[in-house]
Amino acid sequence: MKKQMKYIAPALLAALLAGCAMVPSGPELDKLTADIVKASFRDQGIAKVDRLELDDANRECMNADVAGKPMDEKLAKSIEEANFKTIKWPSDGKFLGDWKQGEQIAQSGRGMTWTDSANTVNGGNCYNCHQISKEEISFGTLGPSLYNYGKMRGVSNPDAPESKAIIEYTWGKIWNSRAYNACSQMPRAGHKGILNEQQVKHIMALLLDPKSPVNQ
Amino acid sequence: MNNIKTLTALALTALAAGSALAQKSAADGIAEYRAMLADGNPAELYEAKGEDLWKQKRGPKNASLEQCDLGKGPGVVKGAFVELPRYFADTKKVQDLESRLVTCMETLQGFNGAEIAKTPFGRGEQANVTALATWIAAESRGMKFNLPNNHVAEKTMYEVGKRLFFMRSGPHDFSCASCHGEDGKRIRLQDLPNLTKNPGDAIGFAAWPAYRVSNGQMWGMQLRLNDCYRQQRFPYPHFGSDATIALGMYMGVNAKGAESIAPAIKR
Repeated sequence: MKKQMKYIAPALLAALLAGCAMVPSGPELDKLTADIVKASFRDQGIAKVDRLELDDANRECMNADVAGKPMDEKLAKSIEEANFKTIKWPSDGKFLGDWKQGEQIAQSGRGMTWTDSANTVNGGNCYNCHQISKEEISFGTLGPSLYNYGKMRGVSNPDAPESKAIIEYTWGKIWNSRAYNACSQMPRAGHKGILNEQQVKHIMALLLDPKSPVNQ
Repeated sequence: MNNIKTLTALALTALAAGSALAQKSAADGIAEYRAMLADGNPAELYEAKGEDLWKQKRGPKNASLEQCDLGKGPGVVKGAFVELPRYFADTKKVQDLESRLVTCMETLQGFNGAEIAKTPFGRGEQANVTALATWIAAESRGMKFNLPNNHVAEKTMYEVGKRLFFMRSGPHDFSCASCHGEDGKRIRLQDLPNLTKNPGDAIGFAAWPAYRVSNGQMWGMQLRLNDCYRQQRFPYPHFGSDATIALGMYMGVNAKGAESIAPAIKR
């Protein structure tokens, strides 16, 4: 199968050059796109071409977006289940860190571009898309507002048993957003190594600590 | 240049004052700032340079670019910008303005196209390509985008561009659509055009090349796409690569009817 596919693209291109072909079919276009991606990018700094390999979630969401319709429910469920399995829960059982450090991580959009070094401390990019604290008016609107995140969900004591479900969900959502929504646009901060466990704890505190400005 | 600095300082003051008010005022402030700057857009300097470069005899063949075919016949500049990218029979390729210019510099003037493509933005002949693109875009100012999109290669590249637009990848799973797939969204305070359709006159594809006040550089569409991919945490797209051309085709066709203001001025 693989061998056969290999020869479609050159044949296709040759037909295009002749200028007499029809626009290729969907699967041929997918193959042509993959070939064009392969030929169009190169390594630069820490950004290597292996970043262009698509996992199941990204490939299926891309296909659904191109088709302009949501993916099959069963497929979505299986993607969510596979991503849920990747979630690493806090090694010491503590979910919340320091909200002040969380605010700094939320503010920072640094890290992982080809102009960053491998030593750059990655930011969470959170304010690029979300309102979070009331004080920061320069926030994006691609994601929902997170102002009063914990307060609105009734988290007055993060250690109380009644807070457990929302604490765990929030951790899981930050670690791997696709565990709960197959095609969420939110980066998978923990799963993809953008933020480490300690940083996720600080973001958790920003959202859920009753003392955080988010919950005032 | 001093003039620009003063204007920038004034605009920043205006923005800072605006921040005490509602969000909308910030957007208004930015619009005002742009309006102030539009009077003295430094892109004009690049336009003048580009026009000179077009007419000047240069390169190993000591020839001008005046016989360059940008799609509407040799030497026709007016209206060429709003019909690119398009298919060219001589190269048997869909090309955008910048990659087409490199072809002309190679065939007419004898430059090494591959060398130009490898040159970093803003340096050597690459800086000349940007200036040329700036002038050529300016010659279509006020005209509406209308890519031919008839040839099978053009239609194919549009379909590939659509796939690339929705391709989520890199450590952050970003695609072009992550930021440019919906109406009325922002990153921080920056308004984001929805590029899956005509985003309106003078927006998105109809605004580049543009002069960037924040870094004092003139950017063509190739560099704009390059920086999008940098921020997406993707690897580096080759200058004039098929991925960038396909995306140009997708955005250009979607922008049908949008009025071009290129070269624009950006923050």
